[in-house]
Parts: sequence; structure tokens; C-alpha cells
Amino acid sequence: MHDVRTGAATAPRYPYPSVTSRTPGPRTDAGVYSRYARRYARLVTMPTTAPPAHALADVTASDSTLRRFLHGLPGVDAVGLEARAASLGTRSIKTTAKAYAIDLAISMVDLTTLEGADTPGKVRALGAKAVHPDPTDRTAPTTAAVCVYPDMVAVAKEAVAGSGVKVASVATAFPAGRAALDVKLADVREAVAAGADEIDMVIDRGAFLAGKYLKVYDEILAVKEACGANARLKVIFETGELSTYDNIRRASWLGMLAGADFIKTSTGKVAVNATPANTLLMLEAVRDFRAQTGVQVGVKPAGGIRTSKDAVKFLVLVNETAGADWLDNHWFRFGASSLLNDLLMQRQKLASGRYSGPDYVTVD
Amino acid sequence: MSDARLSVFKTYKLYVGGKFPRSESGRVYEVTDAKNNWLANAPLSSRKDARDAVVAARKAFGGWSGATAYNRGQVLYRVAEMLEGRREQFVREVADAEGLSKSKAAAVVDAAIDRWVWYAGWTDKIAQVVGGANPVAGPFFNLSSPEPTGVVAVLAPQDSSFLGLVSVLAPVIATGNTAVVVASEKSPLPALSLAEVLATSDVPGGVVNILSGRTAEIATPLAAHQDVNAIDLAGADEDLAKELEIAAADNLKRVLRPQAVDYSETPGADRLTAFLETKTVWHTTGALGAAGSSY
Repeated sequence: MHDVRTGAATAPRYPYPSVTSRTPGPRTDAGVYSRYARRYARLVTMPTTAPPAHALADVTASDSTLRRFLHGLPGVDAVGLEARAASLGTRSIKTTAKAYAIDLAISMVDLTTLEGADTPGKVRALGAKAVHPDPTDRTAPTTAAVCVYPDMVAVAKEAVAGSGVKVASVATAFPAGRAALDVKLADVREAVAAGADEIDMVIDRGAFLAGKYLKVYDEILAVKEACGANARLKVIFETGELSTYDNIRRASWLGMLAGADFIKTSTGKVAVNATPANTLLMLEAVRDFRAQTGVQVGVKPAGGIRTSKDAVKFLVLVNETAGADWLDNHWFRFGASSLLNDLLMQRQKLASGRYSGPDYVTVD
Repeated sequence: MSDARLSVFKTYKLYVGGKFPRSESGRVYEVTDAKNNWLANAPLSSRKDARDAVVAARKAFGGWSGATAYNRGQVLYRVAEMLEGRREQFVREVADAEGLSKSKAAAVVDAAIDRWVWYAGWTDKIAQVVGGANPVAGPFFNLSSPEPTGVVAVLAPQDSSFLGLVSVLAPVIATGNTAVVVASEKSPLPALSLAEVLATSDVPGGVVNILSGRTAEIATPLAAHQDVNAIDLAGADEDLAKELEIAAADNLKRVLRPQAVDYSETPGADRLTAFLETKTVWHTTGALGAAGSSY
């Protein structure tokens, strides 16, 4: 597993077999390898920023250790993953459980507007909706956050002031992420200075696909630093552009190693966004990461979730994969805009017994 | 080759949003002819099928109501053309459903096709009949124009399974509404076959949605549905009609109460206007000149 002569410590094996692993890795003693990793870490290039302290800190010692770790993750059984996601989507959630799920889902929505045509008025309207999703029924929970572009953070902050609703801002040259690091960091700092509670960054997919994992890692670290102590960092992988499930698993671990508070599927700007399968994969990753390091990371599927039925299916995935610890808007979010209206219509149906319609919710 | 050919049985399905799904509930019920012989299994719709149909109808409403009246007329005429081509099939189904002789059933189908053409001709004329310029004592143009109500739930007549159906459905969509039709409970087959005609004749998916099953079971959630704008109770008996009317009052649906109609007679424009609303717009014309007009 490691070569003493060249001093290259191999990454610890991925020890927690998941349901979708083709080859469940043997349970190995990670301590041995990290001891060697520490001994030889001085011989390899150190990243300029201090890595976060946890059991897997060593794997980010150099480009090659990081690559070896990420490529050492077991391959994803695509058929098994999709079958598992589909079978978890067949649960029948009715009556009181449905009412609970709908309220939980509403409380997890990151109400999003990310359009070139966003105006302060639209952002204020969105903020009002986040605070009182159903103006006719004040028992409806508030949403978790509103998600806007950095220049709209101040407006959004004012619109949700005093309500407990957070303001998330996309940053780092969202959605393409094709900009110099300085520009990305300035983007983040501006959003944080304007009062953003959460930053949604995009990774450099080009660098990731080219295999420059350490570049992606360093960039996430730098953004995390720019977020400061108060803003939580969500890392968007744009799973639709990563082309394989293996890549999504690698990106998830890379993001978590770099200190992401949330890992997020997608920007909502490409053809394939959040699917049950890729979200299941990321949920397995956060579960395994916590088992290995003790650090809990949140998950946010975004884009393409439009109906209450879909949302409930995702909640089943969360409960069955990561566990009930994640059934809280501190650890799980939906990035969505039209989903909220459908949740509210379902909520009205449960309350009144009559099917509701789009005339009874706001037009976004 | 073998002489005895096995005939291919037809699976009757619902028509929702331009597609032919089975009932969400997976249920079917047996449809028999007038002499109680089995004809086919028809889907037994649930309230969720009704909900899906309303969503489809709502989605189709913008495009259909926004189409020009002339265009709607052309599309409806095309439906009549397709019906003509399928005449034999409908004659057989109507004869089975209503226990009529071949010749009587043929007369009914011909009347239904003529009825469809008759309503197709009304699409671009109804606005001139019920709308117009109003004389007002002020410097305004005052124009009233009829507009479609929205999504209309139509309970098709129970006895007249084809002519009656056409007579209640055609006026609803001719004026730009979209429809969720609950077919005759006892004889839904002509209605379900009509769906195949609609699907092949330029009628956009969702403009007409056809459900078969227990009328009371499907109609109750439709009458209470907040996104249905009107309901035609032609196929409801007295008790059900009362119950549905109460449920419909909740969001102030337009309700067309059941009435004794002889579907073989030429209808007036009443069914066309039942699901129209009048929009009146005042345009200022500026101060009136000495001649009483500024233009």
C-alpha cells in the first residue's frame, strides 16, 4: 500500500462500503497510513494554505496523493445506483407523514432567482415570499434562504431582516466559473461584505476534468477563507458537466476535504441538474465522510425539482442514506424556485381537502 | 395460413394532456352493451386522474384561448373531417352502447358530425353576436367582447353517449375554453374513441381531456377543484347536481345546471354563451367637440 523507498504514502483506502460500491474496500487501519503520510509529507510539495485538521488531512498533501486518493475511491455501480434511487422513489408518503414532509421541504427551500433580469423589486418580492410563503396561512414555515447574485445581497438582506431567513449568494463567476482566482475571490468578498450568510461557489470544472485536483482544492480553500467565520460555503460541482458518477463521487470528496459546508449538485443552468441518483451518490459521500472524519457536511440538490412528489422522494433518499441527522435545513436544502408553489398548493390541498391551483399562490 | 384469425382487442384508455394513459389507480371496469354483453374494459378514473387532467387543461388554456377564432374553427372542422373517416367505427360503438339499430345509430353519428361542423362555424361569429360597441354618455369607446371562462369540467350526458357528448363538448372548446370531460358512466366507449380523433386532428394536447369511470367519484373533486372555472352538470342526476353545485360555490365556479335537452334538435347559442365572460373596456376618446364627437 505504500512505498518506503520513494517515500510516497498512498492514500487511505475508502473504508466504508456503500450499497453502490462495486468492490467494497476492506476495512483498513487508516492510522498506520496517516503516520507514514505525516513522516513523508515534508518530502512533497506542500499546499500554501493550511489543510483542515481531520483524519484525511494527509491526502491533500500533494497533487499526487490527492489524485491517488480520489482515484482510489471505489467505482460507482451506475445501474445499482440508479436502481436504488428509483426504488427509494416508490415509497408512498401519505396523510400526516406527507404533511410533515411538505412542511419540512418548505423549510429547506433556498428560494432562488438567478436571472439577468433580476430587479431589486423582484428580489424584495422573493424575500417577502421566503418570509411568508403562504400569506393566507401564517402557519406555513419560512423557507431556509433566498439565493441571489452578489449585487442583490444587500436588497435581499433587507427584505428578510429579522425573520431568520438566510441570504445565500452565488459567487466565483457563477455559473461558468471561468475567471481568474482574484476575480472570484473579489466576488465572494463583495457578497460576504454585503451580508451574505451563505456563499454558493462553483468549482472549476475545466481543471477538475483535466485532472488538476489540487488546483480545484486550493481554489475551494481560498474561497472558504474569503468566506470568513460566518458565511457557510456551498460548493457546486455542476454534476451535469462531470459526465460520470465516478467523477461526482471524486468531486464530492474533494469538496469535503477542502472544507465545504455544503456540497451542491448544480447551478440550474445546464440541461441535467439534480437527479435522485446523483443526489443519492452525494448523500453516501457525506455519510461516509462523517463516519471517517466526524465532520458533517450538508447536501443541496438544485435545479429540476419542481413538484412536491419529487421533493418528498429526495427527503426519503436523505433519511434512508445519510440518516435523520440530515433532515434539517442546516444540513439539507433544495435549490428551487417553482417547487415552493407546488409545495404550497399541496399544503392547501391537505388543509382544505380541495385541489388548489396556481391562482392561489404568487406568480414569480 | 390459418382461417380462424384472432381478433385484436382494443385497450380503451384515458385521454389526458394529448396522451393516452391508463388510470393512475390502475383500475378498470367492465363496459357492457344494452343487452348486458361485455364490450370492453374501460379505465376507472380516480380523483388523481381528475387532478392531472385539470393541470393539463390549465396548461393548454393559454394557447387555445389565444388562438384566433378562425384558427379554432379550422381545427374543429378538421375534427369533423376525421370523424367522417371513422364513421363506421362510431356507428358500431353507438349501436352497441345505446342499443340502436345500425341505421338509427348511423343517423345519430351523422347528426353528431353535423353538430361538430355547426359549432366549428360559430367560433368566429359568436363575438359579433354577444359582443360589440356600447353607446355610452361620455367621451369613450366602450367595447364588450366575450372571453372564454377557463378550464371547464364537463359531465357528459349519461344516455346520449355520442351525440350528447359532442353537443356539450364542442361549444365549450369552440369558444376557447379547455375541457375536462367525464364520459358517460355506462357507455364511455364512443367518448374514449373520440379522443383518438381529437389526437389526430390538430387539437393541441390538453384542450380536451377525457376521463371514464364513476361520474360521482370523478365529478366531486372536479367540482371542488380551485383551478376549475366552470362546470357543466349535464350528466349529473338531481342529487349529485345539488351536491356538486354546493361544492362548486366555493370558488364561484360558473355552473350550468342539468336541463332536459333533446340532443337531436338544433341547439341555440346558449351553450356557447354559458362559458363565456364579457370583458368591457373603456377607451377614452378625449373631449367631445361641438358635433358631439372628437373624431
